[in-house]
Amino acid sequence: MARVVLNGITKTFQNQTVVKGIDLVVPDGSFTVLVGPSGCGKSTTLRMIAGLEQATDGEIRIGDQIVNDVPPGKRDVAMVFQNYALYPTMNVYDNIAYGLRNRGVSKKECKVLVEEIAEVVGLTPYLARKPAQLSGGQRQRVALARAMVKKPKVFLMDEPLSNLDAKLRNQMRVELTSLHKQLGSTFIYVTHDQVEAMTMGDQIVVMSEGNIMQVAAPMDLYQEPENLFVAQFIGSPAMNIIPAEGDIQILWGFRPEKAILLPDTGADVPLENMITLRGKIISREILGADSLYYVDTEKGRVVVKVDTDQAADIPSDLRIGVPVVHLYEFDRDTGKRLLRKEGYALSSLAGGMV
Amino acid sequence: MQKAMAASDGMLLQKQARRGHLQVWLERMRPYLYIAPALTFFFLFFLFPIGYVIYLSFFDWSLLNLEEMDWVGLDNFKELLAESDFHQVLGNSFVYTVSTVFLGILISFFLALWLNRSARVYGIIQAAVFSPHIISLVSIAMLWMWLMDPQYGLLNALLEMVGLPGYTWLADPKSSLMSLVLVSIWKGVGYNTIVFIAGLQSIPKDIYEAAELDHSPWWRTLTRLTIPMLSPTLFFLLVINTVSSFQVFDTIYVMTQGGPINSTNMLVFYIYEQGMDFYNGGAASAASVILLVVVGILTLLHFRLMGKRVHYQ
Repeated sequence: MARVVLNGITKTFQNQTVVKGIDLVVPDGSFTVLVGPSGCGKSTTLRMIAGLEQATDGEIRIGDQIVNDVPPGKRDVAMVFQNYALYPTMNVYDNIAYGLRNRGVSKKECKVLVEEIAEVVGLTPYLARKPAQLSGGQRQRVALARAMVKKPKVFLMDEPLSNLDAKLRNQMRVELTSLHKQLGSTFIYVTHDQVEAMTMGDQIVVMSEGNIMQVAAPMDLYQEPENLFVAQFIGSPAMNIIPAEGDIQILWGFRPEKAILLPDTGADVPLENMITLRGKIISREILGADSLYYVDTEKGRVVVKVDTDQAADIPSDLRIGVPVVHLYEFDRDTGKRLLRKEGYALSSLAGGMV
Repeated sequence: MQKAMAASDGMLLQKQARRGHLQVWLERMRPYLYIAPALTFFFLFFLFPIGYVIYLSFFDWSLLNLEEMDWVGLDNFKELLAESDFHQVLGNSFVYTVSTVFLGILISFFLALWLNRSARVYGIIQAAVFSPHIISLVSIAMLWMWLMDPQYGLLNALLEMVGLPGYTWLADPKSSLMSLVLVSIWKGVGYNTIVFIAGLQSIPKDIYEAAELDHSPWWRTLTRLTIPMLSPTLFFLLVINTVSSFQVFDTIYVMTQGGPINSTNMLVFYIYEQGMDFYNGGAASAASVILLVVVGILTLLHFRLMGKRVHYQ
């Protein structure tokens, strides 16, 4: 059990900097998720913590120890790989026991530990099988067992669920979070799937192009994104971004579920504490309980999410209303979120309505 | 009138039925038609010669007089197996094969481990190591004869340079067979190395990373991961090398002619000698059959022994 601290970590591959001097504290016992689009440097960051890549610059600390020059096998970390990376020529038992044997654990003790872990992850009947004779889910469990049996300070997971089918993935998601609660060790989990990040992590690190965009708890990330990137990356469908009224330096953002569809009365009736957009429905997707409306407005295409039951007869020409409380403001150039001003007045909206 | 119609109906039906049979038959022959060219080739150049040589091995006959062939049953085999020269030939073949295969594979394996890197230098070395494979064996034999010349050869010159006595190489029955082994390894190592490198590259990288995190020492990674995962490659090379070692001919023909004192005479050269030099067709055919049986048994043994241990993904 240990916290992990990254201090100005940089990684350069042949003149290409993939991780650009990031600072991050992973608290002891947290479930920290690194999330971002492919190529954002999240996997490289994880591999540097594991010791599989050498950091070009900066300092990595696990517990109280600076581990930059400590080989992976001595960092007291365990990793679960995307393709499981099981040893194909060894049976399940040997796969799990291999790391223990290399640390000089006696055969007897090994047997006790492996059988104990196998019981926990439900692999007992399969100990004599080779990885090729197992299903995807079972292989995943072997990979987990192999990591768990070493009782590491830190668990590192590189997209461990992406090779499983949707149903199994949901199931493993729950199992992993409960495992984390049980073990109480530090988990660092890499994924490109924001749903996975939101549901599993207690601290989410959003990365883009080698930089950390924001570090926050899931709900904070959703409700208070610090910049355009996070606002658009977290949440499905993504936040709508439109140019602000009156100030071209500012962009407005609102979540699809916070907008309201209103009939187009023809007249520009200002609504209190709400901005409105006039538009035309382009298409509709029914997700089940909710429906998505794609609407072309004078400020570009936006998506609105409404309860399917209440969307029975919506005219194709309509107005979209967004309560000012649910409006986010961003700087167009830097992408930074602008602080919300007192009251409902927006900086670019001097008390007036659209 | 009706009768006639009935009759013609019957004929029509018969015709149809006949056409039906023909169609079914044609349909059934179709795949054989497609593989006929390959099958013809196979029969003409593989199965027929094998059958014919077995047939010929039961006769006492000379290449000088093909009219006269006497059925002698197994006498050719009995004579061969009683002859001490032939024992030596078989022994030479075994020693040569075991040495070539064992040393060749061992050297190639470590070369492959060393050369399995992406830097340009390693690519150049790979190409250099591979180059003997594409040179004709006869040229290689001539080259090595010159290198191994006791008086003027480069090898002895090098030995003398470092103060060692010159070596006899091909001139002495004690060293001649191993000299041929050396040539064969030099020629074969490049191919084996390339095949090993291909095998090494097909091992997923993350398995090695997992081993690193499992604190696996290098020799255990080698023996417990790399070698088991290379077993299909190893098996393939073992079979290929064994079979080709038993077929060695060119180097013997060019470099030693089986000598000195029969010390480098091996099966294929012996067959050639019996047939082409002594015109002894019976003995040559019988020796060919023995070669076929020996190589067949060895390959079968390989499959039996290795088959269970080889890990295919």
